[in-house]
Amino acid sequence: MAQLATIYIMGKEYKVPNSLTILQAIEASGFLFVRSCGCRGGFCGACSTVYRTKDSYKLKVALACQTKIEDGMYLAQIPFYPGNKAVHNLSQIKPTTETLCALYPEIMRCISCGSCTKVCPQDIKVMDYVNAAIRGDYAKIAALSFDCIMCGLCATRCPAEIVQYNVALVARRIYGAHVMKKAQHVNKRLDQMKENQFASEIEELMKNSADQLKERYTKRDMEK
Amino acid sequence: MYPKEFQESIKKVEATRQARSTQQFPMLSLADRTALLEAYHPDYKKGTMREISIGVNKGDKTPHEFANLFEAYSQINPNDFSVPAPKYEADILVIGGGGAGVAAAIVAKQAKANVFLVTKLRVADANTTMAQGGIQAADKENDSPAIHYLDVVGGGGFKNIPELVRALVSDGPEVIRWLEELGVIFDKASDGTMLSIHGGGTSRKRMHPCRDYTGAELMRCLKDEFLDQKIKYLEYTGALELLIDKNGNCVGAILVNMENGEIFTVKAKTTILATGGAGQLHIQGFPTSNHYGATADGLVLGYRAGAKLAFLDTIQYHPTGVGYPEQILGQLITEKVRGVGAQLVNVDGERFIYDLETRDVVSSAIIREVQDRKKGIMSVTTGGVWLDTPLIEMKSGSGTILKQLPAMYRQFIKFGIDMTKEPVVTYPTQHYQNGGILCNEYGETNIPALYAAGEVTGGVHGRNRLMGNSLLDILVFGRRAGRHAAEKASKTTEVKDGTIEHVMKYHQELGKAGISKERKSPMLLPDYRPKEFQDRFYFLSHLKE
Repeated sequence: MAQLATIYIMGKEYKVPNSLTILQAIEASGFLFVRSCGCRGGFCGACSTVYRTKDSYKLKVALACQTKIEDGMYLAQIPFYPGNKAVHNLSQIKPTTETLCALYPEIMRCISCGSCTKVCPQDIKVMDYVNAAIRGDYAKIAALSFDCIMCGLCATRCPAEIVQYNVALVARRIYGAHVMKKAQHVNKRLDQMKENQFASEIEELMKNSADQLKERYTKRDMEK
Repeated sequence: MYPKEFQESIKKVEATRQARSTQQFPMLSLADRTALLEAYHPDYKKGTMREISIGVNKGDKTPHEFANLFEAYSQINPNDFSVPAPKYEADILVIGGGGAGVAAAIVAKQAKANVFLVTKLRVADANTTMAQGGIQAADKENDSPAIHYLDVVGGGGFKNIPELVRALVSDGPEVIRWLEELGVIFDKASDGTMLSIHGGGTSRKRMHPCRDYTGAELMRCLKDEFLDQKIKYLEYTGALELLIDKNGNCVGAILVNMENGEIFTVKAKTTILATGGAGQLHIQGFPTSNHYGATADGLVLGYRAGAKLAFLDTIQYHPTGVGYPEQILGQLITEKVRGVGAQLVNVDGERFIYDLETRDVVSSAIIREVQDRKKGIMSVTTGGVWLDTPLIEMKSGSGTILKQLPAMYRQFIKFGIDMTKEPVVTYPTQHYQNGGILCNEYGETNIPALYAAGEVTGGVHGRNRLMGNSLLDILVFGRRAGRHAAEKASKTTEVKDGTIEHVMKYHQELGKAGISKERKSPMLLPDYRPKEFQDRFYFLSHLKE
């Protein structure tokens, strides 16, 4: 028999096996998730959770699906946060210093308090990339923010009302579309495709019997 | 930290690491592959499937978990339900907010269609977001769509539908360019050349990764573009039934607001089903790598309306689900881990399979190692084998894992396991629905004005999908369905009223087959609550008879 832990879901007490994740513990307490549950694997940011443990004033955060419960946890989830997203036309946008400040002028209000960095469950240096956004340093934002899963916890803590994850997303898209070089081998292949270079070869494969395909498959050379 | 009983085995893994690092392990012949599959792959396990007793695919074998959804009554009682007047009208209704649905919506919007998208969770809550290792496309000098074609059909057991495979491999380069233009940050050299790696069963290095967040990176860029295009959408909106007019055209769907239970309809000239996969059915009791909403809803809706299904007797079990710790059992350890050099070894530190065989083959080999040869780590729930991750650092230098596999590192370090220093325990997990709704290469089903795209469809991957071909699949066929549905909608002048007569007929068949009225579908959400709390989906409670 598993040992039980006492947890408090939005202040109400429940006893659940102590081996569970926060997500599993809430379900074991009889709750059906409609919101606050997504991929169940640490990739989607749906289950961001704020908690406090017994005898401590400190607020901590976690992804409910990736964090084991502790005895005495006080839990609350943030199912939605009304953060602003600036609508833009990526193909027309220029990777200049002014672009990000124009889309999200509130980044200039950053007071470098570091709350965003402190709260990030992915351990991303959020404040550093906001500062990079003010400077228009796209490469740095892309490098620092890439592992963001857009859970939104940074925005909930920001005294300047910056929606950091949306700033990072547009900055990365601008970097990917307008700063990074396009793959030349893709260009070449697209030109070849336009000339239908591979069509007849594929049609031949489509007509092959299973045995013919098997023979060709077995004989194919493997790139080392 | 691993419990003590693991430590002895870890020492054996460490003892053989140096010798293994340069050891060549032979690939299996096609005949040996087949023999291994037939002996150990779960698809071949006796007693796990049955013939579907009603509908278009009557007599076809499928896992009991699927059959239970087909042999089930609608969430609404069609005899006591009048279809509400449409709350919204659109050219195209897209059901599902993952990669396929969002790609279809973007392309259709650009083709000037009025698009309406619904999803039962949030836009981007989908298996797409969880895809890690990369996306395939034949865009390098030493590669070609024809070589890609051969890899795909070989991986699929030579059963794939040729026209679909042609579409998949031929659109690959174009999809990669589209993604570059949407701002996706691929792993590239400074001159723009894609860094590419092998996946299981590929003869060329054509896997394009974005670290190990490939699906997440693709999906967030797609979602952002979707929002930039100002496409109308509703989240937390599930689909209960399709609407079919008296001529047999699909004209929209009956939907439910998952929060307040409101039932409403969207009337549409064309409808695209992009509801994704089925991992939450836990076929044969396997854990799953899939997201919360992967409950096969689209299969059920389509099937009731008469859509033909294909390859329903095959499921993909990803070889490397998490085997330990218990809290994250079945979550994905990306194939990229093997792609960059990790090896599978048994409890004695011995290799037992070439690591980049196709997924069905590797899974079967792991199951053989654990269940038959008893060479697994038996103290974990499912049994498991080691995935020797420190070998990556030995081969490619310290720091490689943090750079190329940050998500995997995070996943384990949160539970005290440092995969740069210790191997991880792995066992197959239910990963992908190989089968699904049968479509042509434009996403058209056999029901006029009903399209499908992505994991809900079946045929392109045959009996086994290769890594990186699902991200390609959803974008190739999402875009094709979006484009084609927009064109069809532009030529459709009148949309007749939708009915649920097909549901009535289906219920009559269920009655004749003696199916219990207790069984309902679509499932919408899996229920992980203790038994005493179940059967209480409050947002459907008012539909009870």
